[in-house]
Amino acid sequence: MKRWLPFPIISALLLIMWLLLNETLALGHWLLGGLLAWGVPYATRRMQPLRAKKVRRPLMAARLVGVVLVDICKSCYQVSKVILGGAHRRRNSGFMMVPLDIKAPHGLAVLACIITSTPGTAWVELSADRRWLMIHVLDIHDEQWWIDTIKGRYETPLKAIFE
Amino acid sequence: MSPMEQVPLWLAIPVSALLILGSFLCVTGALGLLRLSNFFQRVHGPSLINTLGAGCMLIASMLFFSVMQSRLVIHELLITLAVLLTAPVTTMMLTRAALARDRRSGRPDVPPRAGEKGGDVHTGDRIE
Repeated sequence: MKRWLPFPIISALLLIMWLLLNETLALGHWLLGGLLAWGVPYATRRMQPLRAKKVRRPLMAARLVGVVLVDICKSCYQVSKVILGGAHRRRNSGFMMVPLDIKAPHGLAVLACIITSTPGTAWVELSADRRWLMIHVLDIHDEQWWIDTIKGRYETPLKAIFE
Repeated sequence: MSPMEQVPLWLAIPVSALLILGSFLCVTGALGLLRLSNFFQRVHGPSLINTLGAGCMLIASMLFFSVMQSRLVIHELLITLAVLLTAPVTTMMLTRAALARDRRSGRPDVPPRAGEKGGDVHTGDRIE
């Protein structure tokens, strides 16, 4: 089972996506979609180096999604102000280091997506020992505030979810 | 009679508000490319477009077609998912490529490698 259907959930999601995009439940699309949904994960099974552990705290994950959506809206407003505001507001950008505690690779991947998706901050690089993260911030008004935000609002829930 | 007259007012107002807000964010994001002064700053402009800008447009589209075709239209959720998964990855790759280029050409304003004592950059090798 595991050998011939390496990622059953991904396959099921791909099949659902195929049927939704084609807006049909015709037999031909079930067959074609099913073939793709099985074949693509099967052909790329060696590209996933680590399997994710089972996500344990679905409620906390749902709350994290909410927190991230609110933060994206807030930072869209902040970034718009920087872009449309006076020239002095645009001289405040730079790189900064954030100390990290989270070690789980999937947690780090989600953290990378959160930080990069949020306007105003971008993930730059992770040190080899995974203890320091370099980010670029459009408006560093206070380094400690950014560190507290990233660690408190994103890293702590991610650690609870993935470790 | 234009087709827009068939749209009820209670639907037209939120859909237009969302479209205007989304377009405003897209213009702002594009202006960012013009007004911000270096590559790393300009990375932040388009992220306005692919988060809230695209989000407003997609919600407007979902609302409009769900009501006008009187069935749930959820293609937009798939688009949102695809944008949310792919946009951060391309942004990260562009940022890292720019940083590697600046380091190689020896620019003065480039930060040292992440890590306390100038350690190597994490390249994604496997650890258990």
